[in-house]
Amino acid sequence: MFRFQSRQQQRLDDGGQINRLAPINFTFDGKKFIGFEGDTLASALLANGVRLVGRSFKYHRPRGIYSAGIEEPNALVALRSGDRHEPNTRATAIELFPGLEAKSQNRWPNLLLDYLQINNLLSPFLSAGFYYKTFMGLPGWHFYEYFIRKAAGMGDGTKFKDPDKYDKKHVHCDILIVGGGPTGISAAVTAGRAGARVILVDNHPKLGGQLNGERYFLDKKPAHHWVEQCVEELDGLENVTIATRTSAFGYYDSDVVNAIESVSDHLPEPLGYQCRQRLWQIRAKKVILATGATERPIVFSNNDRPGIMLASAARRYVNQYAVKPGKKAVIFTNNDDGYKTAFDLARSGIEVVAVVDSRKNIPEHFEKELNEKDIEVIASSVVIDTYGYFGLNSVKIGTLSHNGKTIESNPYIVSADLLAVSGGWSPNVHLYCHSGGKPVYNDSIEAFVPGELSQNGHSAGASRGSFSLTDCLQEGHNIANTMAEALDLEVAEQIIPETNENTIVPIEALWRVPGKGKKFVDLQDDVTESDITLAHREGYVSVEHLKRYTTLGMGTDQGKTSNLNGQAIMAQEKSEPIEKIGTTTFRPPYTPIALGPLAGRDIGLSYKHTRRSAMHNWHKQHGAIFVEAGQWLRPQYYLNEMEQPSKENMDKAISREVQTVRTSVGLVDVSTLGKIDIQGKDSAEFLNRVYTNGWTKLPIGKARYGIMLREDGLVFDDGTTSRLDECHYFMTTTTSNAAAVLSHMEYYLQVQWPKLDVKVTSVTEQWAAMALAGPKSRNVLSKLLPTINVDNESFPFMGVREVDIEGVPARIFRISFSGELSYEINVPADFGEFIWQRILEVGKAYSIRPYGTEAMGIMRIEKGHVAGPELDGRTTATDLGLQKLLSSKKDFIGSKMMHREGLKDENRPRLVGLVPVDKKSRVKSGAILVKDPTLAPPVPKLGHVSSSAYLSPTLGHPISLGFVSGNIIETTKKIWAVSPLHNESHELEITDPVFYDQKSERLHD
Amino acid sequence: MLIINCPLCGPRDHAEFTYVGDATKNRPKNGDSSNDNAWYDFVYLRDNPKGLHEELWQHSFGCRCFVKVLRNTLTHEIIATGMPKDNLILKEKGLELNV
Repeated sequence: MFRFQSRQQQRLDDGGQINRLAPINFTFDGKKFIGFEGDTLASALLANGVRLVGRSFKYHRPRGIYSAGIEEPNALVALRSGDRHEPNTRATAIELFPGLEAKSQNRWPNLLLDYLQINNLLSPFLSAGFYYKTFMGLPGWHFYEYFIRKAAGMGDGTKFKDPDKYDKKHVHCDILIVGGGPTGISAAVTAGRAGARVILVDNHPKLGGQLNGERYFLDKKPAHHWVEQCVEELDGLENVTIATRTSAFGYYDSDVVNAIESVSDHLPEPLGYQCRQRLWQIRAKKVILATGATERPIVFSNNDRPGIMLASAARRYVNQYAVKPGKKAVIFTNNDDGYKTAFDLARSGIEVVAVVDSRKNIPEHFEKELNEKDIEVIASSVVIDTYGYFGLNSVKIGTLSHNGKTIESNPYIVSADLLAVSGGWSPNVHLYCHSGGKPVYNDSIEAFVPGELSQNGHSAGASRGSFSLTDCLQEGHNIANTMAEALDLEVAEQIIPETNENTIVPIEALWRVPGKGKKFVDLQDDVTESDITLAHREGYVSVEHLKRYTTLGMGTDQGKTSNLNGQAIMAQEKSEPIEKIGTTTFRPPYTPIALGPLAGRDIGLSYKHTRRSAMHNWHKQHGAIFVEAGQWLRPQYYLNEMEQPSKENMDKAISREVQTVRTSVGLVDVSTLGKIDIQGKDSAEFLNRVYTNGWTKLPIGKARYGIMLREDGLVFDDGTTSRLDECHYFMTTTTSNAAAVLSHMEYYLQVQWPKLDVKVTSVTEQWAAMALAGPKSRNVLSKLLPTINVDNESFPFMGVREVDIEGVPARIFRISFSGELSYEINVPADFGEFIWQRILEVGKAYSIRPYGTEAMGIMRIEKGHVAGPELDGRTTATDLGLQKLLSSKKDFIGSKMMHREGLKDENRPRLVGLVPVDKKSRVKSGAILVKDPTLAPPVPKLGHVSSSAYLSPTLGHPISLGFVSGNIIETTKKIWAVSPLHNESHELEITDPVFYDQKSERLHD
Repeated sequence: MLIINCPLCGPRDHAEFTYVGDATKNRPKNGDSSNDNAWYDFVYLRDNPKGLHEELWQHSFGCRCFVKVLRNTLTHEIIATGMPKDNLILKEKGLELNV
């Protein structure tokens, strides 16, 4: 054991909340170190005497560890490697685990020798807005940008796939308590005893909060006894859930708080069954925000060197981690907090050279302890400057003049390797602000505190500016009881323990110290005092402008240690009180979070539903190549057993399928079409209003094609609807509009025409549908239905029959999309595969073949049928050549607006057929139609190509559908299709959109 | 994160609903040229009020009912919900008078 300790030269011999019996190996920049269980990466580095851990964002200045918590602006490291590599993690928030691997960032080639430190020398030129002012006006910004972005920066991300799993959970509670410090624990005990369902979340591995970093006594015993006793009681209460390592990062509407639980971040990698992180979405009736406060620094020259840290952080390193962050310390403070640090450091054997207090009067109650420990206090004084390039070695101290603007007497230099700074504490009002609250400025603590309540989230303890431990404990108890009462629960008793804290003397604001040299306000973004005064001179005086101009507070720490100082300096420049300047908007997340837990398990195949038809397995077993159509998987074409997937074989298969349908018979799965069951005595009237054509005279047992418009007069969707009974209709929609058409009809039935007696229900999933198409389809059907007469007179075009196929109830519609004689057969989904196979068996005699969406698409283009690419929301019925379907005798959706001038313009692009003049060019759908491809832009657009078949097997050449302006159609027969993106242009002939069987004889016979 | 009280199903998470739009627009009765402005208003004009707004949400992943919601667009607070025919603003004013 001694062996390990000997290498941790800055580790104290005893004390702290670390397990000295559990040493842990880790590496930093490839060097091997040892720490203890209970360490953070930061405390373990400090224990090993590592002070330099990174380079700053812009000037590449050496930086060390600045804090002991999530507010860390400096010590950002890249954690782990390979597919678990994670950049920009805060060393102060990483629990040490065996084999931890960390690397410093933003330096090249290494931390000590960083070539870009030249930026520090160039810094007079690199003020706020420098890059944009200098380079944006010049040509070639894209060239400079690459180098600028590379020079400034954060760590690099990994390019590998994340190997870990993430989870989500939704929980409800009466009272959510955010923060497990003294306030939160006290509140949890009272709320738990009152019987409320309580969730307590805390981002640390164990509860205690600030108590873990202090030497407080509660009821004359070290505070951790009280914490342990409370945790034991809470663990025993069934109504209380404690979630540690769980960071509440956002407070949303309706009192929903989201938190990320780090399930296995403290382990080398997740155990087999574990996720890495879990998102908790917590819906609470009441929320107690016991989120504590964050210490902020004071702005003075060269206040960023390794060895300079927040006073409370220095205290936490000795108290919680038994680590000496330095050997000789100077404390610089404007409030009582610095004295606590001085005493705790002195107790741990660190030489405290001086407490530099900017206030005139030293608090009297500290005098006794100051004398005992022989600590010198220099009142009315400030730290003016610091020295030591790779780490602090001395500090310059001087006396402040009465107005605070100059240094009075001769300053002097003392040697020190630790400078602990306290500029006061800012309550963590972030979650309160997320909930919609507006913070207000409190002069007595010189910080923003929560103002009026916006939702049910009440702040208590340090997060509302109550910094005394007794107040925190009392407030936690009180607020819990107030909430218990509001929730109709019995209030609970709790005896608040006695504390050993001193009374607190108010802070005297000191934001910045006069002097030359770089004075950092925001350490993470390298924003200096002079950047803020520059922003003021240039008129960026609003806090929101200040933030965006200087990048103040825009780092991953969201300015937790810097925002208020920056705003206060701007207030001084403007000679206005801070409350008038205000603060920038706090937005979630409170701390950086990974995207993994937000996505949870909804990734890969689980990202969206995959819908498969009832015949899917058959398709799969019979060579189908699938294509995604919305959420559906549809067979695109079928390969033979002998064929390997290739472009040639695809073309071959598609031609084969088209020819089979045109000459014999084919079968296609059309289950994906939207199917809506319509019932009620006003159904006919309703269809009359929804469709543009007339529906009242449709007899039972007949189908009709119809188009729907939107209220603005443009075409919405098309399909056939059949009358099954007096008050019973069956509608089909396009695959892509199935859900939209249903909602559209529901809207009119429920909101606009509630008096119509009509019910609409989606039955898409209930019916498997297949179209039997081709000149031999009647032969197949008659074999399938030996007892039914299916000749042209008995079962005419647009006829509908309800029949039994081998005991299976089926609906047969004689409608056609392919242009051939065709029957669409619907059976209950469970029988889909059986009937599909039966039809293929029966059809063998006619060389039946299944066909896919490609063949179907080619045949509908040959037939000039419109589909999705033509119904694109920009076309009218007249554009599509469907003006005959527009009834003039009734009011229907869109009937008013379709008469608008613009929609009746004769020159609107109209549906046409297009054939390449060379009869072989493949014209891309989406290509633009122009008069002459050689013209220089801007070239007037005369239309576009909407659908293309690269080869019509029936006609032997490519064909397309498209839209061409009405006046062009009349004057010319040739036009050019251009696709500048592909550098293509083809001359086309304009034809009738119906290429095949223009009289539609094939469907009717 | 909103909870919407569906008049048929009770309080449900807003993820079950689809936002439809302004609930105050009614389809003009006839299509002759005398009411062009009414049609223009129904099809195209929508206010974007700061404060109370009567809007429609469809309970798509529930009963599929269109729910009228009186919502404060500033605070996202849902003051009342009802069926499409209900006049929630009047109802709320009535409540205030009763208090």
